[in-house]
Amino acid sequence: MHIVVCCKQVPEIAGIKVAPDGSGVLPPPGGGMVNPFDVYAIEEGVRIKEKTSGKLSVISSGGPTGEAGLREALALGADEAYLLSDPLFLTADPLRTALVLAAGIKKIGAFDLVLCGKQAVDDDSSAVPAALAQNLELPQVIFVKKFEELQPKMAKVFRMTDDGYEVVETSLPAVVGVVKEINEPRLPSLKGKMRAKSAKVTTWSAADLELDAQALNPSGFGYKVEQFYPPPPRPKGEMLTGTPEEIAEKLFQKLRQAQVI
Amino acid sequence: MDFELNEQQLLMRDSAREFAQKRLAPFAREWDEAEEMPKELLKEMAELGYFGMLLPEEFGGLGLDPLSYILALEEISKANASVEITLSVHNSLACQAIVKYGTEEQKKKYLPRMAKGELLGAYSLSEPDAGTDAGGLKSTAVKKGDKYIVNGTKNWVTNAAYAGIFVTFVKTRPELGREGISALLMERNTKGLAVGEKERKMGLKCSDTREIFFSDAEVPAGNLLGQEGQGLKIAFSLLNIGRVGVGAQALGIAEAAFDEALKYSRQRVAFGVPIANFQATQFKLADMSTKIEAARLLVYKAALLCEDGENAAGEVSMAKVFASEAANWVTNEAVQIHGGYGYVKEYAVERYFRDARVTEIYEGTSEAQKIVISRSILKKS
Repeated sequence: MHIVVCCKQVPEIAGIKVAPDGSGVLPPPGGGMVNPFDVYAIEEGVRIKEKTSGKLSVISSGGPTGEAGLREALALGADEAYLLSDPLFLTADPLRTALVLAAGIKKIGAFDLVLCGKQAVDDDSSAVPAALAQNLELPQVIFVKKFEELQPKMAKVFRMTDDGYEVVETSLPAVVGVVKEINEPRLPSLKGKMRAKSAKVTTWSAADLELDAQALNPSGFGYKVEQFYPPPPRPKGEMLTGTPEEIAEKLFQKLRQAQVI
Repeated sequence: MDFELNEQQLLMRDSAREFAQKRLAPFAREWDEAEEMPKELLKEMAELGYFGMLLPEEFGGLGLDPLSYILALEEISKANASVEITLSVHNSLACQAIVKYGTEEQKKKYLPRMAKGELLGAYSLSEPDAGTDAGGLKSTAVKKGDKYIVNGTKNWVTNAAYAGIFVTFVKTRPELGREGISALLMERNTKGLAVGEKERKMGLKCSDTREIFFSDAEVPAGNLLGQEGQGLKIAFSLLNIGRVGVGAQALGIAEAAFDEALKYSRQRVAFGVPIANFQATQFKLADMSTKIEAARLLVYKAALLCEDGENAAGEVSMAKVFASEAANWVTNEAVQIHGGYGYVKEYAVERYFRDARVTEIYEGTSEAQKIVISRSILKKS
């Protein structure tokens, strides 16, 4: 089975910053890290590869910072890595990212399964997996917490919902977005890290994917983010003073006022 | 002089740091109190490659240079010094004994399984009445047909509970004294080999240390390592990398203790200010930091010298004695900075203080190191 995992390089969670003009999230300062949800997708990809004696490819779209994440995936057990890097891809919204990824995945060749994290922790759009499936004209199942059954042409998965889970059967190839409950990611082995350091990462530009500025023209998509803004800062706490009995009484009154108790 | 680490060295240090901080540090206290480490940990370390760090790639190892290896040990020790010694004995002593002195057949038989962590190595040289005076060991091996019949007792055997192979030093010709010592590879299931109770130690509590007993234990003659009579030479030739390993262990403990002391001195308020504001504390931190830096340079240099051959005994002993004394001094000061809190188990410095103590004792006491250092000085001049 040939599995393709999409991974995105995002800023360290503590370092996620919205651009001052509200146009998006700033690119990772330094190297950033692999989107944590994608790490679960990589781990699931490695497990399926091991179980089926298959092949695992990883793909990332954006700037050159994606290479670090791809090398991490190689250290974890991926066989091949593809970096889709072009100035045109840098400011892509989720729909254009999905278009670029779809072009990259098609260029890789035949595959059986595409795995993604359910969302990226920088823009949190959670739109790429579904849009990717649309571009690849494949079925999609997102929020998957378990592969119950995996056949060459069929997968049965548990899909998380707000109040439980659904059991979904899909034909393969398909695009599957995973949640963190799906597995416990391993750490890369020392040998894997050494191998990944010198492994080949194939880089494709927009021209390699036969995409141009027109194909990626924002007006051609129905997706527009009006403004990004950080959540309001938490209000400052209030310190209660007095003897322990007085503090307890004041706290009680405040909680009652707030209708907490 | 180049103080920069190369790409592989940085990779090993960072990988070991990630592993140690995620998988070891959070549980250090729990395992210390339980006096054991979980079996799954050994399995995970095996999968990640920590049991084949120095082994050549042809046997499934990583073929690391000594400094890369030492950097990994330092990071592991920073999180859990007991885990460090488990790895160090296997990699530095047991594996290296076979790499250096094993026949092709012995290497093929044991090393791939040792690299995978399927076969954990132990090293049994010390005896109840022979520590620094290794030549005075009393265990015997008498050749009978195609077997050695081994009798005696070994102690302070690290990894004894889970080791699959013991590199064991015995007298094959007791009448020759030191010259009559030989090394044998004893498999765990050797008939007549028994493993004793776990030692209850002051520190490194979750590493496993036991006595082992031989009662007419039968070892195939083919399991002789090197030549008969070569035992002490083998034992001493492995000491270099083993001692730098203990230096790295001491360094890791000292660094961990320093980090805790620094953090605490900024948090703890006395007389209205953090205690880091007092010059008495600042001077302690300055001295701790200086000793750690000096220890680091000696240990790294000794590791680099290990790569070049075996004439580094003096430098290796300097690194070992200095780093271990620094670790004891630094952990003592870390306890002092913590005051009463440094004396209770809620704070990690109590454990560092206990763990550091043995670094001045095993792999050659500080006193033994000074003999090696002075001999190497006198020989040179």
